[in-house]
Amino acid sequence: MAKRIEAVGVTAYYGAFKAIDGISMVIEPKSVTALIGPSGCGKSTFLRSINRMHEVLPGARVEGKLTIDSQDIYARDVDVTAVRRTIGMVFQRPNPFPTMSIYDNVVAGLRLGGVRRKSLLDDACEKALRAANLWNEVHTRLNRPGAGLSGGQQQRLCIARAIAVEPQVVLMDEPCSALDPISTLAIEDLISELKNQYTIIIVTHNMQQAARVSDRTAFFSIDKTGDPGRLIEYAETAKIFTNPSVKKTEDYITGRFG
Amino acid sequence: MTSMTTIPTSSSAPLTNALRSRRLPVWALVAIGVAAAVLAVLLFKVAGLMDGGWVLTLVGAVLIFLIGLSVISSVVEGRRAARNRVATSLIYSAFVLALVPLVSVVITLLNKGRTRLDGTFFNNSMRNITAFDSGGGAYHAIVGTLEQAGIATLITVPLGVAGAIYIVEYGRGRLANTIRFFVDVMTGIPSIVAGLFILAFWVLIVSPHLSSTHQPFNSGFAAALALFVLMLPTVTRSTEEMLRLVPASLREGSFALGIAKWKTIMRIVIPTALPGIVTGIMLAVARAAGETAPVLLVAGGTPNRNFNPFEGNQESLSVYIYDQAAAATKYGPPRAWTAALTLVALVLLLTVVAKLLSRRTKLNQK
Ligand SMILES: Nc1ncnc2c1ncn2[C@@H]1O[C@H](COP(=O)(O)OP(=O)(O)O)[C@@H](O)[C@H]1O
Ligand SMILES: [Mg+2]
Repeated sequence: MAKRIEAVGVTAYYGAFKAIDGISMVIEPKSVTALIGPSGCGKSTFLRSINRMHEVLPGARVEGKLTIDSQDIYARDVDVTAVRRTIGMVFQRPNPFPTMSIYDNVVAGLRLGGVRRKSLLDDACEKALRAANLWNEVHTRLNRPGAGLSGGQQQRLCIARAIAVEPQVVLMDEPCSALDPISTLAIEDLISELKNQYTIIIVTHNMQQAARVSDRTAFFSIDKTGDPGRLIEYAETAKIFTNPSVKKTEDYITGRFG
Repeated sequence: MTSMTTIPTSSSAPLTNALRSRRLPVWALVAIGVAAAVLAVLLFKVAGLMDGGWVLTLVGAVLIFLIGLSVISSVVEGRRAARNRVATSLIYSAFVLALVPLVSVVITLLNKGRTRLDGTFFNNSMRNITAFDSGGGAYHAIVGTLEQAGIATLITVPLGVAGAIYIVEYGRGRLANTIRFFVDVMTGIPSIVAGLFILAFWVLIVSPHLSSTHQPFNSGFAAALALFVLMLPTVTRSTEEMLRLVPASLREGSFALGIAKWKTIMRIVIPTALPGIVTGIMLAVARAAGETAPVLLVAGGTPNRNFNPFEGNQESLSVYIYDQAAAATKYGPPRAWTAALTLVALVLLLTVVAKLLSRRTKLNQK
């Protein structure tokens, strides 16, 4: 089910500006991989190039090779929408569709992807909301607006929406940075459960969070502003946080910069 | 920690005093207002200063109120509070002033339009009725306005919205900028020029090919085309602004679910922007329904019923108003006023219906 992602020399540009340079790493299936590093080092850019969201911006392009179970994500004959259905994404700020109810939000991907059968949608909605630990809180008001939920609930709604289309990889870009500590814990618990089924890549600014939820951690950094971000060290989370092999990683972990 | 918790109790009295200040009670404001009114009446009406009329008295009362308020307030409440009071009063005065023309138009319309608000008006045309005859109605004009504005809207909305979608969602670089520029230029086209354009292009060049006699002819459809020229830039621009207000995060959220771009636009972006788009469309419709010059030019106007928009002269409410108001008899102007009232009511009705339809009905209920 869950898939292995391999990046070889991934370089991404915004117009003429090179944001990341030569990122190579292998992301294991059914695990949580954390991307950490100072702001502007290209974590989001790398994450967005994995499900081809980077190219949505005008002038943005990606070079290098990205494969999912050895299928090239950027091959000419690849359908972008299929890539994005396989590799779901949760954003920094919860972004439920404001015109839609909770139910419609969860099944949006399926319905707009062509699924019509009510029974299928009902089942998928319940399954996704249960998986996102939100079912108990909202099952009595599925036809109320999704935007009426609290921030933490909205973010879990967005996670439910992402997993309702049954992706194999879920990318999360600082999913807790707009949330309070309680909601953050709820999402972290959820991530630990989801990794039994999905490959998860999470960008986080919070090092405790990376230490708590992830199996492996990748540290990104830049030399100075304007330079492209590079992968400095990538290893088991325990190793990165206790015994990093690169001096820069250690400086960052111990709070000496970034 | 201990010192922190003791501060509020030990110094609570001076602290609350520092945050409090004396405020003018409401009765004092009312008293100043009454005093200003009395003073103004005495000055301008009784003493007859500057041949005081009511308008002058009212303006004088407001000025006296402002001066009195600022003096008393700065004595009692201090200068900052006084300035706040004066600014607040000025804003309220400006608001009332802005309402005056609106209220006055509505009252005048209701007042003068009442005379001919009868069954005859809504069931008859002006066939065989001269300016010196009573009776007559605007049935033919109402139908004409509905047909012309309706056809114009049917053509404008899909093209205008599609154009806005192109500019915002697809257009990149030169072409999109050029189109935007021309839409901007078109916004400023005077309506008579739009009328002339349709006269030259449609009535004189195209319509002869459509008639068996090969003669050019007027039609309600030609008027609709002229209205379309006027409505298109308004609809495109307002839709464009509304689409730009839809956060990029919604589009990205949709793309990330593997939803194709056109579906994202149709099912996520447009519904989110819909209330604003409808408002823009209704503004354009309201303006088109009131246009006179182009209709006069290419539909010609007629006292008779003509329900076929594709052939022959057709009346519209605005042309009807123009004709009747120009008739210097005791029957013409009342008909014009009632037609004006009808036109305003029609536009209002359409706007309310459109607003109700575009509301997020399913989600607004409790
Ligand atoms: N839309 C954009 N257009 C141009 N440059 C961008 C854009 N988004 C990010 N960048 C630049 O790319 C670099 C990496 O940004 P990002 O991937 O967002 O970093 P991070 O997520 O690690 O904070 C930064 O220098 C940033 O300024
Ligand atoms: Mg980021």
